[in-house]
Amino acid sequence: MSAYDTSDLKKGLKILIDGVPYVVLEAQFVKPGKGAAFIRTKMKNLLYGGNIERNIRSNEKIEPADVEDRPMTYLFKEGDDFVVMDQTNYEQTPISKEVMGDNWKWLKDNMVVQVTFYNGRPLDVQLPNFVDLKITQSDPGARGDTSGNVLKPATLETGAVIGVPLFVNEGETIKIDTREGAYVERVKV
Amino acid sequence: MSERARLVGRLPLLRARARLNRFLRDFFEQRGFLEIEAPILVPSPGLEVHLDAFSVDNGGASQRYLITSPEYQMKRLVAGGLERAYSLGKVFRRGERGHHHNPEFTMLEWYAVGWSWDELATSVESLIAGAAEVLCGRAALTSGTRVIDLQLPWPRSSVRALFAEHAGVALDGDEDVRTLREKLSAHRLPADGTWSDLFFTVFLDVIEPKLQALDRPTLVHDWPRPLSALARARADDPRVVERFEAYIPSESGLLELCNGFGELVDPVEQRRRCEADLRTRAELGLAAYPLDEKFLAALGDMPDASGVALGVDRLAMLLLGAHDISGVLPFAVEEL
Repeated sequence: MSAYDTSDLKKGLKILIDGVPYVVLEAQFVKPGKGAAFIRTKMKNLLYGGNIERNIRSNEKIEPADVEDRPMTYLFKEGDDFVVMDQTNYEQTPISKEVMGDNWKWLKDNMVVQVTFYNGRPLDVQLPNFVDLKITQSDPGARGDTSGNVLKPATLETGAVIGVPLFVNEGETIKIDTREGAYVERVKV
Repeated sequence: MSERARLVGRLPLLRARARLNRFLRDFFEQRGFLEIEAPILVPSPGLEVHLDAFSVDNGGASQRYLITSPEYQMKRLVAGGLERAYSLGKVFRRGERGHHHNPEFTMLEWYAVGWSWDELATSVESLIAGAAEVLCGRAALTSGTRVIDLQLPWPRSSVRALFAEHAGVALDGDEDVRTLREKLSAHRLPADGTWSDLFFTVFLDVIEPKLQALDRPTLVHDWPRPLSALARARADDPRVVERFEAYIPSESGLLELCNGFGELVDPVEQRRRCEADLRTRAELGLAAYPLDEKFLAALGDMPDASGVALGVDRLAMLLLGAHDISGVLPFAVEEL
């Protein structure tokens, strides 16, 4: 892979800093009055998590991280691992609960997710932004208390518990924003 | 979106900017400054290494450029005898686009013969505090839950004091690149890079966040000689030059509002700096612009003066609480 230019620095770009792969979260052009331009770059460490901020000079070359994003289908859970399958060659890969992180809360069988690999090792999983999930248990909301933003707990088919408005009932399907981990709306199935 | 729908959202902004321009012109009128419509199309756009000019096709006649600042022509007028003059107009810098940058922007530049840089800096404070009174109702700005107090006099810090306090470094201003790298070795630095690159890495990483956390603007003065541009050396300490910048905390991060100089009026020293800039441009593979001989010749007649350039779009961002420069333009770049 050829080196990136600072003009390539955009959200989602995977780059190598001091030998460690990072994904760019934010990139902003800054230029001091009488100095060269820099790109103020906020990045997430793909190996160990955690964010850093770096000012990268605009003429600097940036090494691409040798990572690969592949669409994979989630199959089943095996012990603590989540097993996903490459759609093209049917190869199965276990993903540890550390790499899966909070994504398990919205993960359904047969869901297609993006898995980021580095040196053949899965590093990061990205779910679709919106996921529809069924509520398996939720007590009815107290009558008369339907105003405002009052939420009640609801258990989803994945086992995760989320806050939903009082008018949402057990057995209904709801849309979830996986980036916020929050209820969006009821879905008619 | 129809033009009517687009305009409705921008009307308050357009009115505020018109009001701001009126305030600026009144401000200078009251202080005896003459408004100059400086030329925009010029034979030499200025040689500063980090400013990239638009070149304009001149149909076979000699090359022309769009100004990156009206500085050369304004100084020729000062050399000719104008003692108080200002220009409010567009300047152009290629490749600059960010939250605080647009390739075309409005610059306010003013010159005063006989003023020290310090007196000029006070006029910057009066101008910004006055503009806030007109547009925001008081000499203060609200940024989130913070109130930034603009009342005069503003705190002032030398570059050296800021490096000593926040970076733990005794900066001289005339050390070579190797010495500077050793002094800054406690900080993360680019592997290669010029004096200016090392300096600004620490300035951006370490010092700017401290200035952004204050509830006051800071006037940063006494800049190291390698960052001197068109400023003159301090008589009592030639390792630094008479240059100042105003930094103001804002919704959109720390805003660098202006850049002012005790002007260099020595044509020999100015030619030496221009030629050094041209050599650096050649080394970096940047465009070679012609020397402006008329400007250099005029410097010999220029009296001691101070001059400052202020970004009017950034001033509007500050007063209107905009996050991006697009938010204060009649047409954001994407809308053209």
